[in-house]
Amino acid sequence: MNATTLDTGVLPGWSTYAAAGGSALLAAIALLAAGSFSVALLLVFTVLIAALATYAWSRRVEGPRRAKDRLVTLVIVSAFGLALIPLLSLVFEVAKRGIPGLSLEFLTEDARGQIGGGGAAHALVGTLVITGVAALISIPVGLMAAIYLTEYGGNGRLRRALTFFVDVMTGIPSIVAGLFAYALFALIFGPGIRLGVMGSIALSVLMIPIVIRTSEEVLKIVPNHLREASYALGTPKWRTITKVVLPTAFAGLVTGMMIAIARIIGETAPLLVTTGVVDSINSNPFSGRMQNLAVYAYSEYRTPGVFKQASYDRAWAAALTLIVIVMVLNLVARLIYRRYRTEIR
Amino acid sequence: MEAHADTTTNAGQLIAAGGRRRWGDRIFSNVSVAAALAILALLAGVAAFLLIQAAPAVTAASSELPGGKSLIDYIAPLAFGTVLAATIAVVLAVPLAVAVALFISHIAPRRLLLPLGYMVDLLAAIPSIVYGLWGIFVLGPAAVGPMEWLEQKLGFLPFFEGPASVTGRTMLVAGLVLTVMILPIVSAVAREVFSQAPRKLQEGALALGATRWEMIRMTVLPFGKSSIISGAMLGLGRALGETMAVTIILSVSGIVTFNLISQANPSTIAANIALDFPESTGLAINTLIASGLVLFAITLVTNLIARAIISRQNIQ
Repeated sequence: MNATTLDTGVLPGWSTYAAAGGSALLAAIALLAAGSFSVALLLVFTVLIAALATYAWSRRVEGPRRAKDRLVTLVIVSAFGLALIPLLSLVFEVAKRGIPGLSLEFLTEDARGQIGGGGAAHALVGTLVITGVAALISIPVGLMAAIYLTEYGGNGRLRRALTFFVDVMTGIPSIVAGLFAYALFALIFGPGIRLGVMGSIALSVLMIPIVIRTSEEVLKIVPNHLREASYALGTPKWRTITKVVLPTAFAGLVTGMMIAIARIIGETAPLLVTTGVVDSINSNPFSGRMQNLAVYAYSEYRTPGVFKQASYDRAWAAALTLIVIVMVLNLVARLIYRRYRTEIR
Repeated sequence: MEAHADTTTNAGQLIAAGGRRRWGDRIFSNVSVAAALAILALLAGVAAFLLIQAAPAVTAASSELPGGKSLIDYIAPLAFGTVLAATIAVVLAVPLAVAVALFISHIAPRRLLLPLGYMVDLLAAIPSIVYGLWGIFVLGPAAVGPMEWLEQKLGFLPFFEGPASVTGRTMLVAGLVLTVMILPIVSAVAREVFSQAPRKLQEGALALGATRWEMIRMTVLPFGKSSIISGAMLGLGRALGETMAVTIILSVSGIVTFNLISQANPSTIAANIALDFPESTGLAINTLIASGLVLFAITLVTNLIARAIISRQNIQ
């Protein structure tokens, strides 16, 4: 049959649902008959049968080209569904396994002198301090570098070098950033050193390129006529940047910073080699070891206490706390962007 | 300002030419240049300090190194494990990521775009430690059955030789977790380019009677080909350097094997550092830093190739 002629038929609108429902039923019957029923197998067989059935049906009614189109669409949609399964499973499992370990005690007490118990307050404090110091280092440096790239760089050698090396920096594995911070401090203070600020330095190496990339994107879309209008009024360049360019880009910049923080707040590997493991609250990044949530989750899993399940519960509770922090940061960033973004016409 | 009528000239240069460049301007521009230089210095510092700390391991006699092996014999199996795990991840993630990107850019209903974008962002932001815990407690046990099936049915392939692990702490599971982790990056790059594919060509193809798939195959995919490759390289770079998920999942025995489902696996460079670093002293630390430098070099080359492909496409 020639598919390009206009006299070919079209499958009715309900055909998709019919194919899906029919193949699910068929797959269920077949699996029950074989005695090996499971949700995963049911899904797999449903998709396979639906693909075959749709293709055959469509090929008969609509011709081979449309049949192929339907088949590919089905494959793409099921691939997307397949990609969603890990995300849903992950969020569900972390919530399910994290909630039992989550309590007021978990958030307010440390683990000093507690055998197989205690909370993660020391880890929470450590996470906030280490990430805070990293943000204090990365945001000014990254923002100024982004301003250099968009406002001052022109097309000079330094600009091109910076763009290139920011790309290189984006690719540094997180554990290598940790090794760098260790190598730096070991050279100054001797080997075996562990400090909160070392973790901050390691995280800065990871955070600075993210800050530069996002700020540069945002500053680039500030329209040039705003700058030119400001210059025409006789405003110096630095006042133009601080009073016109930055306020226009404000919402985007804040969003970018929060997303950058969300990216690094859950880092484990660089902190494992720099900040060490400790049981009590330490809020001074310049003295002694410092715990943080990600490393806490890892060490509760790796070296569980006397009560194994309690340790695993705490690891999951720490994971849940981290995910909640990351989600809240992402959500707030989006809200800020929607609420305060400047309409540019 | 005598030359304000000339809008095409850079205002900063004008002020300088007039000899009235203000102190505020000078400070601000110097600070921004300083920030740029500081970042270059930081990167040079990363390379320099790692080299300094790695040097003792390079010059030491092999009998003094951990395991009494030479540095190359120490790092080579780890590098093999690193590349193997990352390769599994890329091979599985790229087709899936292309499908996800096509779904979001060409098939999903418009009103789903925002929530879908948010979900992909979230997937990218989930900390790797959480992926690790999920891998060992959820995916690993769930994979035991399928891995036994692979051993029975496909055992003639070297990858599934078995004996299948009963704990799920295998290279295959580690590779699967890495797949999930790099999926958002690869699909973000692909989606970006798919949505930029020339509208005129797409509408022309549809107007000539092409089905949606024919339109995608003839206009969108050729346009996005090189970006799929570069996205894959970026994902590869991420998978090579990923530490915690692999550290938690793999049960390590330091051998070199392509067997993906057995209890005995090669370790990766990053996982080996995370496992051994906290308890190491002296020359062992230098050795680990040397292996970190090798990892840095591998990811650097991968990323540079990816960037080169991207920038070549931008020029076209």
